[in-house]
Amino acid sequence: MLAVTALTKSFLSPEGVRNEIVNVPVFGLAAGEQLALRGESGSGKTTFLNLIAGILAADSGRVELGGMVMTALSESKRDRLRAEKLGYIFQTFNLLQGYTVLENVVLGMSFGPRGADRAHAREVLERVGLGHRLDHFPRQLSTGQQQRVAVARALANRPQLVLADEPTGNLDHRSAHEALALIREVCREHGAALLLVSHDEEVLREFELRRDFTEINKAMTEAKR
Amino acid sequence: MTLPLVIYRSLRQHALSTVITAGSIALACGLLMCVWTVKTQSQVAFTQTTGGFDAVLGARSSKLQLVLNAIFHLEASPGNLAWSDYEAIKRHPAVKAAIPIAVGDNLRGFRLVGTLPELFASVEYAPGKKYALEVGGRVFQGGAKEAVAGSFAAARLGLKAGVTFHPFHGLAFDEKNRHAETYTVVGVLTPTNTPADRVIWIPLAGVQTMSGHDPRAATDVSAVLVQLRAPTAGFMMDMMYNKQGNRLTFAYPVGTIIAELFGKIAWFDQVLTLVAYLVALVAAGSVLASIYNSMSARRRDLAILRALGARRRTIFGAVVCEAAVIGALGALTGYVVYFSLLAAVASLIRTQTGVVIEVWHWQPVLAYSPLAMIGLCALGGVVPAFKAYQTPVAETLAPLA
Repeated sequence: MLAVTALTKSFLSPEGVRNEIVNVPVFGLAAGEQLALRGESGSGKTTFLNLIAGILAADSGRVELGGMVMTALSESKRDRLRAEKLGYIFQTFNLLQGYTVLENVVLGMSFGPRGADRAHAREVLERVGLGHRLDHFPRQLSTGQQQRVAVARALANRPQLVLADEPTGNLDHRSAHEALALIREVCREHGAALLLVSHDEEVLREFELRRDFTEINKAMTEAKR
Repeated sequence: MTLPLVIYRSLRQHALSTVITAGSIALACGLLMCVWTVKTQSQVAFTQTTGGFDAVLGARSSKLQLVLNAIFHLEASPGNLAWSDYEAIKRHPAVKAAIPIAVGDNLRGFRLVGTLPELFASVEYAPGKKYALEVGGRVFQGGAKEAVAGSFAAARLGLKAGVTFHPFHGLAFDEKNRHAETYTVVGVLTPTNTPADRVIWIPLAGVQTMSGHDPRAATDVSAVLVQLRAPTAGFMMDMMYNKQGNRLTFAYPVGTIIAELFGKIAWFDQVLTLVAYLVALVAAGSVLASIYNSMSARRRDLAILRALGARRRTIFGAVVCEAAVIGALGALTGYVVYFSLLAAVASLIRTQTGVVIEVWHWQPVLAYSPLAMIGLCALGGVVPAFKAYQTPVAETLAPLA
């Protein structure tokens, strides 16, 4: 479902030196699979997720998602593919503060091929236990509730793959455990694969499948040498 | 659904700047439409105001002064002409009707005009429209101290049939210049929407023989209002009075003379129009500035939308549409500004000249001015839209991601 080959990305430092951040020779994820990647801050894991999501363009290599080669597409087609096949959960949730909970989810769906489906958005929000908070604004919710909105938004469009970047980083232990369980459960219900990155060992222990990002990302290996 | 939602929420989030910007657009749009309407309508209204006459004969002066004095009841009379001059033009075979008028007195600033009762019996002040009196009124009798009040003057002075008054000498009201004669109002004219509404009409002999007036001028008239049998006669008489003679002025055609006045003050129109255009430009600039300034605060939202799958062109379109919507809100409110301004200006023009500007009259400018304003605002939105278009998603989300 996700196949990454020879993927590289580098950035120019303020000193004018080109730093390679991502260099992943091979990486893959099967449909419905749930994998946790362990990675420290600055290890390039967010950049890796952004490359998979097509938010960043790779320097070289290939990302194939659901039969489509993301890296071969124009930016506008990458946007379309992202809206169609991906759900993204950010560490800080990145909810739109001026929009209600329902609107946040509806908007997340509206760029995909199925378009805005308020009834489905409502169902997903009810599923994550926010059926009574539809017309609230994010600032009126607790951090845990905001995380659940982010989960609902990522899954409302029935994605094939959900990317989660430190999704529990802003939550306390109990809320983090609950949020993680919810993300995994809802992904399972929707048949979506889950690729989660975290540096939190407690989070990582919850996954049967887990890998060190440093093993996958040769750029960091080279840098450490 | 997406675009309206994004625009609506963005406008709500920046409600204050939206209201201020839309307000400035409303002012610009309203002002632009008002200047245009007053310009075109007043030109049409003034050039069509002839009182039903083709020409005016008066003492040697400018044609414009003669027309303003005799038809619009503005300006001072340039002088008198002898009764024989009136009789001569009246007998001219090319003349259909000639009505003499005499001015020189007022009632609390409203002009008293002496004339013959025939004015009310036979003259159509506009095609198919004759002077009519309100119920219970009648036209004054030739030699009597009676008056017929124009509708506007009657309303302002509280004149109605049976009311008596003393005229005041001169065209400007001065309490000290009261004449001894007492006149009785015998009728009030129904509104004609012409300068005649601002006049109190009395018999010609009344002005001519008013106490204190020069007895040597007791048979003189201020001007003669002329109806011609054919337009060609006007040019013939123009030659006769203006080119071959040097004692009298024949102002013909009335409408053209007023149009020349508008030609002379065209620069003023142009200045007003230029000001309105500049205000419109500044308003469009304020749309640009307000959206552009809010861009920093909105970058994160735009990056989130991009991360959710919104394409660059969707973001670009949303910002341009938002600018257009602000323009549309302003343009809609502009109608309120327009009607309020125009009502005030129309009232002023009517009070000063008796000429009526139709407030509810449809003009093409009422459609294309708001549309142009919306287009201009959308254009103003292109710059911030381009900034939004360039929002780097990963970088913008990175600090908190």
